[in-house]
Amino acid sequence: MRIVVLLKPVPDPGEERLGDDGRLDRSVSAVINGNDEYVLEAALKLVEAHGGDVTLLSMAPDNLTDPIRKALAMGATRALLVSDPALAGSCAWSTTQVLAAALRTLEFDLVLAGDDTSDGGAGVVAAGVAALLGLPYLSRAQRIEPVDGGIRVERLSPTGHDVLEAVLPALVVGTQLLGEPRYPTLRGIMGARSKEIAIRTLAEIGLGDGAVGGARATTALLEALPPSPRNAGRIVREPDPTVAAAAIVGFLVERRAI
Amino acid sequence: MAGGIWVVGEVDGAGALTKLSREAATAGRALGEASGREILGVVVADEPDAAAASLADFLPNVLAVRAAEAAGRAAAAVVASRVAALAAAADASPAYFLLGATPDGRDTAGMLSARLGIGVLANATSLAWESATGVVPDGPRVEVQPWGGRIQTRSGFTADAGIILLRPNMVAAAPLAARGRVADGPSGSVSDVPVVRVVERVVVESPGPSVEEARVIVSGGRGVGGPGGFVALTELAGLLGGAVGATRAAVDAGWAPYAIQIGQTGKTVKPALYLGFGVSGAIQHKVGMQTSDTIVAVNSDPDAPIAEFADLFVIGDQAAVVAALTAALRARAG
Repeated sequence: MRIVVLLKPVPDPGEERLGDDGRLDRSVSAVINGNDEYVLEAALKLVEAHGGDVTLLSMAPDNLTDPIRKALAMGATRALLVSDPALAGSCAWSTTQVLAAALRTLEFDLVLAGDDTSDGGAGVVAAGVAALLGLPYLSRAQRIEPVDGGIRVERLSPTGHDVLEAVLPALVVGTQLLGEPRYPTLRGIMGARSKEIAIRTLAEIGLGDGAVGGARATTALLEALPPSPRNAGRIVREPDPTVAAAAIVGFLVERRAI
Repeated sequence: MAGGIWVVGEVDGAGALTKLSREAATAGRALGEASGREILGVVVADEPDAAAASLADFLPNVLAVRAAEAAGRAAAAVVASRVAALAAAADASPAYFLLGATPDGRDTAGMLSARLGIGVLANATSLAWESATGVVPDGPRVEVQPWGGRIQTRSGFTADAGIILLRPNMVAAAPLAARGRVADGPSGSVSDVPVVRVVERVVVESPGPSVEEARVIVSGGRGVGGPGGFVALTELAGLLGGAVGATRAAVDAGWAPYAIQIGQTGKTVKPALYLGFGVSGAIQHKVGMQTSDTIVAVNSDPDAPIAEFADLFVIGDQAAVVAALTAALRARAG
């Protein structure tokens, strides 16, 4: 099975900040987006069990290759990184166009993406990619397994899960429930050094006409403020639980929370 | 005439309109009044009538689209395809779409954005109509608290078009004085959607208030010590009319289901009251709950990070405090 994993390098959660231009500062240390690690793990398990290979697809500045190198060390076969100065400040719609165009240059049976990202969090890109490519779309996966000619996915629902089936090629969005990602082995890390990260510009994936990117952003940030500061908290150091509970009740009454 | 505002209603497993869709309709109506734009509700489902009737409690005009192809199919692709087709065919074409920021809402929004070539602003905590400024024309301004609430942003669309995904509890749902009218949309079947069959629907829990919609959350972490601790938290949550939440550590230990995990790879919540027991407040959990109005935490470790952002931090044995608090609230309720 030929699998493409959409992998986003994101700032270390808790370290995100805006640059002077009002855009996400991508000079801070980058990691693999949390949810993307789970689908990468699922992809590696699928090819271990059924054969095939795993291609990583990212859109990011070309200095953010550390997370991609780590994913190669975990066991991915190769990587395609779309990188272009015109992409700085891209909105979710642009990202969708770029990933879909890059996928058109690849051969695959299955595309996997993580549930949402810690730096943007809209969680809308993968669905858009599926719509542009006309792929069956199966999201919120807690389990992915091949069936004859297709794929079966358990999709989380508000009350449990739905069992979904579709033919391949398809696009599946996965969650943490797919399982804990592996750590790269020393052998994996050594091996990753010789694996290819192919870097492509927008023109090289057929989007060189200025139709996407920061200059064509569909949304604009108007204002960014720090959150309203929290007042310093009150601390109760009380060995008797009944007294401690009374202190909590008193506080909640004072706050009109009960 | 300037483009209208469409509220795309979401239908739950039982065919009813979701609570968040009622809130989206209320927010959409306010946007319609502020802008003078027309507002329309749209429900797409194999059996849309019940949900469309509910949406008409909140909106003057609702379109019920009976989509035969939605039966036994994953919903979002069908909804996006139908709404995009309606938008293209409408006499007064819509400029803005409002949906709830649910899994289905996000899936539908992503597909609509790609099909219509318009932007998405997700996870709105506040919404207002404002006049043009800089690169953005007259239109909705959307406030969001990304990065776990470490920043608050206000954004707009660069064209007179866009899709907005609303967080739960942004507004209180307010019905119209006189209910609106439901019209039938085009029926029949549409075949341009790749088939995703629902083979089985597995129900493992009764649908209570979701952790994202709850006004009160009683949350447990590793310090709760085991599944028995969550039984005690469930009782406490019941007394407070709230939902139970959990940290990643508690979910990984198998004490609580992933559906109630709060944090970076779980849910983001913003309740009026968050009570954390045995929760350390590590960054992965903090980003999912730190914008809660009031935070109370009980932990035996005086150096737990949650002490830095809790409004009330109680140093003590969480199990004993849960028991005493449960007894105190029971006594109060009389």
